[in-house]
Amino acid sequence: MGKIIFIGFGLFDEKDITLKGLENIKKSDKVFAEFYTARLMGTSKEKIEELFGKKIKILSRKEVEEGKIILDAAKNKNVAFLTPGDPMTATTHVALRMQANEIGIKTKIVHGVSVITAAPGMLGLQSYKFGRTTTIPFPEKNYLPESPYDVIRQNKENGLHTLVLLDVKPDRLMTANEGMKILLMVEEKRKENVFTPETLVCVVARAGSDDCLISAGYVKNLSNKDFGEPMHSLIIPGKLHFMEAEALVKLAGAPKNIIKARS
Amino acid sequence: MGRKEELAKKVQQLMHDLRHIRNIGTAAHIDHGKTTLSDNLLAGAGMISEALAGTQLLLDYDEQEQARGITINAANASMVHKYGGEEYLINLIDTPGHVDFGGDVTRAMRALDGVIIVVCAVEGVMPQTETVIRQAMKEKVRPVLFINKVDRLINELKVTSEQMQQRFVKIIGEANALIKRYAPEEFRSKWAVKVDDGSVMFGSAYKKWGISIPYMKKTGITFKDIYEHCAKNRQEELSKKAILHEVVLDSVIKHLPDPTVAQKYRIPQIWKGDIDSEIGKAMMNCDENGSLALMITKIIMDPHAGEIAIGRIYSGKVNRGQEVKIVGMPNPYHIQQVAISVGADRLPVEELNAGNIVAVSGVKDAAAGVTITNTDMEAFEKIVHYSEPVVTVAIEAKHMKDLPKLVEVLRTLAKADPSLQVEINQETGEHLLSGMGELHLEITQYRIIHEQGVDIQASPPIVVYRECTLGKGGPFEGKSPNKHNRFYLEVEPLQKNIVEAMQSGEIQTSGKIKDSKALAKKLQELGMDKIESKGVAAFHDTNIFIDATKGIQYLHETMELCIEAFHEAMKKGPLADERCMGVKVRLVDAKLHEDSIHRGPAQVIPAVRNAIYGAMCQAKRNLLEPKQKVFINVPQEMMGSATREMQQRRASIEDMKQEGDITTIISKAPVAEMFGFASAIRSATAGRALWSTEHAGFEKIPYELQDNVVKKIRERKGLKPEPYDEVYYAS
Ligand SMILES: Nc1nc2c(ncn2[C@@H]2O[C@H](COP(=O)(O)OP(=O)(O)OP(=O)(O)O)[C@@H](O)[C@H]2O)c(=O)[nH]1
Ligand SMILES: [Mg+2]
Repeated sequence: MGKIIFIGFGLFDEKDITLKGLENIKKSDKVFAEFYTARLMGTSKEKIEELFGKKIKILSRKEVEEGKIILDAAKNKNVAFLTPGDPMTATTHVALRMQANEIGIKTKIVHGVSVITAAPGMLGLQSYKFGRTTTIPFPEKNYLPESPYDVIRQNKENGLHTLVLLDVKPDRLMTANEGMKILLMVEEKRKENVFTPETLVCVVARAGSDDCLISAGYVKNLSNKDFGEPMHSLIIPGKLHFMEAEALVKLAGAPKNIIKARS
Repeated sequence: MGRKEELAKKVQQLMHDLRHIRNIGTAAHIDHGKTTLSDNLLAGAGMISEALAGTQLLLDYDEQEQARGITINAANASMVHKYGGEEYLINLIDTPGHVDFGGDVTRAMRALDGVIIVVCAVEGVMPQTETVIRQAMKEKVRPVLFINKVDRLINELKVTSEQMQQRFVKIIGEANALIKRYAPEEFRSKWAVKVDDGSVMFGSAYKKWGISIPYMKKTGITFKDIYEHCAKNRQEELSKKAILHEVVLDSVIKHLPDPTVAQKYRIPQIWKGDIDSEIGKAMMNCDENGSLALMITKIIMDPHAGEIAIGRIYSGKVNRGQEVKIVGMPNPYHIQQVAISVGADRLPVEELNAGNIVAVSGVKDAAAGVTITNTDMEAFEKIVHYSEPVVTVAIEAKHMKDLPKLVEVLRTLAKADPSLQVEINQETGEHLLSGMGELHLEITQYRIIHEQGVDIQASPPIVVYRECTLGKGGPFEGKSPNKHNRFYLEVEPLQKNIVEAMQSGEIQTSGKIKDSKALAKKLQELGMDKIESKGVAAFHDTNIFIDATKGIQYLHETMELCIEAFHEAMKKGPLADERCMGVKVRLVDAKLHEDSIHRGPAQVIPAVRNAIYGAMCQAKRNLLEPKQKVFINVPQEMMGSATREMQQRRASIEDMKQEGDITTIISKAPVAEMFGFASAIRSATAGRALWSTEHAGFEKIPYELQDNVVKKIRERKGLKPEPYDEVYYAS
């Protein structure tokens, strides 16, 4: 019987992998990776393979969800399965892990850095004060979910911040601007004063890279600003601790008045 | 021709005088004499020569109609008749009787206010008679009754004068029972046809005489005279005294409504816009000064003039050169020609106004069922025909170079004939031509080859099936590919009366559900559970999707996706990719991922579809095949051969009637077994059988045949021979 090692790839490029992750890859017989839950913008398959000194096979969403390819390979080999971020955070691969468990394949996790902790950290927001995370999907035929708006509202009601992740599609990545536009459209319809041009919002772009960017301000001032290449995320602050408010002003360019107004 | 110019002139004078206009049609079981009667009315009104009427068949002008002796296309003719010293303009549509062309009857009714129901005295009220009465009543088209072929009753069946009258009583009784059953509530008793007032007529369209009680009173002719003239072979003399067209057209003018009267009750029936709006009022009043509202009911492909759209003007006017549009389409069109029709001929006129039937050219994208206007208005209600294509052939161009032409020809044919469906088989690249029956497809193929000049190769005809279940299945768990969402669905066959209400249009199943309260009430009346009736979320054909869940968080966000999955599953059933029919699908529970990104279309649609399919497996999947009722009249000594012919075709004999020397065999047979029946019965009975068929809907295929038929369909479609099982859909 083989083994599956779920390895977190981190945020931005091939160097975000942990040493432990790298060691495990070097020891494994076969390396799979998926990039449909997030994209490592700063690297390429070639660069990754060069660092690893071996070939990797990139799997589609369908192939991962079916699980067959990985499970078959793991029947008698040690298989590494690389995923962006931390493997069991956001898009969790727990279904695959359980399938493996059912047929007697051992599993192991090597954690990676996730935007879920990185984004608050970059902005100086306290992880204790976050409510549920949500993701905005690209609108599709018959699918225009408004639940991200509800999550923000509920978090706000409890004084909590909301980390809003943005959709990743094979052919496009949602920008912070697109995300804000969608929320404004929902606001237009629902009118519950959750996400208006006057709402304070934070943008995190290219977390983990050297030219990463953070920005905080009112929606009316940020919704048309260019934040550069994706990946982007949004954070909608709830009630700010005075330390948080100061950090947003000093680190992310938020208007000074939030210090008084908010705390 | 002088006559026609004269008519065109008269029409110009009469068309504004709405009280002197009648828009009528003929409708009957096949062969009961509609076209012969129509021709004689035209001859009587001076539109064709008397000598040719009934043999030349002005209204069956198509080559295939002439060759086969049946009507295929509804045909129009206008004529002028004098009644009570005043002239009337009568716009007549002669409809086909063969079931394969029944769609044309349904559509023609939309243009009419009155109809002559023709019943053959020998055959009596037949199933197709019932169908056409139902169609007329649905469109609020008022009937009169013409009992035809009385000459045959006397000369061939040799009935006595008393027996003749008894037979009349029986036919009238049956016809009135049907009128009463299907008539709009407010006309239930008023529209009964009566012998005394002349709304019932008797005669022989072929021998050109007709009679009614008022006409008898006027002329002193009695039933006895009629009987004797026929029996003594003096019908020509009779035709001079009992003048067919006078009797019939007098009755039409007296009993059938003019457009101003009819539109008052017909408009709310056929148009669901705001009656108090400007266009609504104009239509209610049949106002020629209002905006244009023209409902197209037929497209003819004229070899010279191209596409001609025929329809009824409900308000406003149509002029040559006028700019119009089709409701729901962006482009404007210019009317090129405005005309009235007399069979294949069209007589151009400058304009035609509300209350008339018109032929126009120049509206390139017009199809039967569209609304043409020069303002902003809601379209007329869709015209729904009661039966759908049951037979398909796959065709290919014999020579590759003809392929583009074939595509074009098929497009044109499908446009002129809404009962025809053309699809491309994605696997094989063949064109699949689906129609109402073998004859329909045979004629269509003939037209492609001989009229359009494209050599084609056709597969043998194949039946179209439906899928349903025998019992109840589920709750069946369907998992999304990412395993984070689960949907639980149940299926069972829908009650028969609800399916029928959906088929008849009593329950509107197309488009989004508008008034869910009214719908729930209707469904409860039909016996659906109250809670269930309130949960109806979508229809697909005759299948219903019910949301039976309560308070599941986020489910409303995915409901449209569940419905989309339901549509997909109903479009292609789990057995053989055939359409489902009469399935009730209930969503009973769902477990959803917290974040909307993990329950999008790619996750929800397959999960729900698999759950529906899985539940159908548990409920025992069942294939339904189209059936036909077959009515055969044969001389006594041929009865055995005819019965044998039917029994070889998996038919069940439902009834046998004996009358004089003629036996009537009524049976029901699968359409799949009826291919080639026309020539088989001809040779089995030395050509002495008269027969007709009637659609009898879809019924379960015998269980022992199912597996084999399923396998054949799947192989033909390039699917793996065995359908998937429950286990497959659970994973
Ligand atoms: N003896 C006799 N034959 C008639 C009479 N009316 C029609 N026929 C014959 O019946 C056959 C059918 O007549 P049509 O007028 O074509 O019948 P139809 O109802 O128009 O037929 P479809 O349009 O095909 O349904 C023809 O052979 C006619 O000559 C009649 O009053 N007496
Ligand atoms: Mg006819």
